[in-house]
Amino acid sequence: MSTASVTPARQQAGVLVDDVVRRFGDRVVLDHLDLSIAGEELVVLLGPSGCGKTTLLRLLAGLDRPDEGTVEVPARRAIVFQGDRLLPWQRALRNVTLGLYGPDADQQAKDALAEVGLAGRERAWPKELSGGEAQRVALARALVSDPELVLLDEPFAALDAITRRRMHGLVRALRYQHHAAMLLVTHDVDEAIALADRILVMSSGRISTSHPVTLSAADREASVSREELRAALLADLGLANQH
Amino acid sequence: MTETSPDPLLAEANFDQADFSAETAAGPAPTLSPDTDALAPAHAREVFVAADARRISAFTKWRKRLRWPLGIYTTPVAILIIWQVLAEVGVLGPTYAPAPTSIARTAGQLWQQGVLGPDLEISLRRAAIGLALGLSIGIFTGVIGGLLASGEQLFNGVVQIFNTIPILAILPVMIVWFGIDETPKILIIAFGAFVPMYLNLFAAIRGVDQRLVEMTRTTGARRWRLVTRVIFPGAMPGFLVGLRFSLAYSILGLVAAETVNANSGIGFLITNGQTYLQTNQVFVGLVIYAILGLLADQFVRLLQRLLLQWRPSYEAS
Repeated sequence: MSTASVTPARQQAGVLVDDVVRRFGDRVVLDHLDLSIAGEELVVLLGPSGCGKTTLLRLLAGLDRPDEGTVEVPARRAIVFQGDRLLPWQRALRNVTLGLYGPDADQQAKDALAEVGLAGRERAWPKELSGGEAQRVALARALVSDPELVLLDEPFAALDAITRRRMHGLVRALRYQHHAAMLLVTHDVDEAIALADRILVMSSGRISTSHPVTLSAADREASVSREELRAALLADLGLANQH
Repeated sequence: MTETSPDPLLAEANFDQADFSAETAAGPAPTLSPDTDALAPAHAREVFVAADARRISAFTKWRKRLRWPLGIYTTPVAILIIWQVLAEVGVLGPTYAPAPTSIARTAGQLWQQGVLGPDLEISLRRAAIGLALGLSIGIFTGVIGGLLASGEQLFNGVVQIFNTIPILAILPVMIVWFGIDETPKILIIAFGAFVPMYLNLFAAIRGVDQRLVEMTRTTGARRWRLVTRVIFPGAMPGFLVGLRFSLAYSILGLVAAETVNANSGIGFLITNGQTYLQTNQVFVGLVIYAILGLLADQFVRLLQRLLLQWRPSYEAS
């Protein structure tokens, strides 16, 4: 499908969501939602529980279909779920090669595991991995297919603050290598600021506000503009009165 | 809470509390104190150290080994000993329940007479053929029924009805249809193996974690890989449960088939012993059935140990 308002570049890559409605029974979860993500953009979708973040992500992943409107995504896409969703009966390497075909699948998977810092752990069972390691295997499984779009559904929510911080560094490093569009869903304001090119705040089935983030890496850690952005985001989330 | 900590890592560590700091900043966590008081009224303390760091006296060790010296077989062995003693003393008559040593002696005699060997062979052959037939059909239909909606429609109703029919009740029909030679016996055993295998395999395939199936679809894996790498391994625990039931039920089928009409086999040995009041011989048959059942169970346990090593608690099943 094509829309007049979209530039040709965006039709080549990235995500285009046009006027999408998704209902579960009487409840309208996505209410005429529009979204576009550029080819190499990292967009963070921020919102409280139950605002439709995960529903939108599932539509983009192709796991669900809209009731109205259209969703256009690259065919080569990968998703990192909230839990690691590793196959407990396969070792780390075989978990990564799950969607890979061809004679060099094992080597590709080994490279992907090395990329997330798990070289040498190919033969580990998922039960032997820590939470952070398991989530990194899941990340390797997503990246090994060289996707044009990576969807991350609160991938670090279950990790401790220190591990999460390491994972943020990893995501930042990987996105420059893979040149993929990324959509990260989270309810953590600081995670959004740490990673995003653009932060979208979602409420009642729509994207209510959009904040482009142009801060440098150092400014994302601590700066006046960071705190201003954080305050603005909290206000958008309806938490302003607490701060 | 707009002031930032100078240490970025410290600020990071506060992520989770940050949003709620407005409430907690009012006081030093007042909600926690009543709970902690209630939990430790007398300031009792516990110290945990490595298990082998505690000094275990030789007596404790000895007592622990003495308590269950043979694991789960402690109780059966104890019953055997009591049985033997009661038989020796004369509480249990030899025609009522002969002593275990007497049963063993009879088994030896029967073997030497060349009765036990051929009978055992015939019974084992029946069980093997029946099991192979029942398991093949059970696995085939279970996989089709589990994977395909049309397979479910085709097989589920029939097997559910089969499941409600006791093995013993179909025996007369089998005799009417197939006479009294080997065919009805093998079919009874196959029937006993087929029903639990189908039901367990079907449930196991349908019970594979849907989140993993969904994840697999997003990786671009094709259907064959989904089946071989996700559904079959995921259904393996349930398959092994089915196998255990199948083995048990097929032995039940073997007993039923051999007891009602047979002129050879372990069941014949038992009916023969009953007819001539050779209680020893009856017990020899029973012991052989028990050993067959035990071996079948141990075989599945071994399979579980080999095939389910990925599971955090495979022994608990």
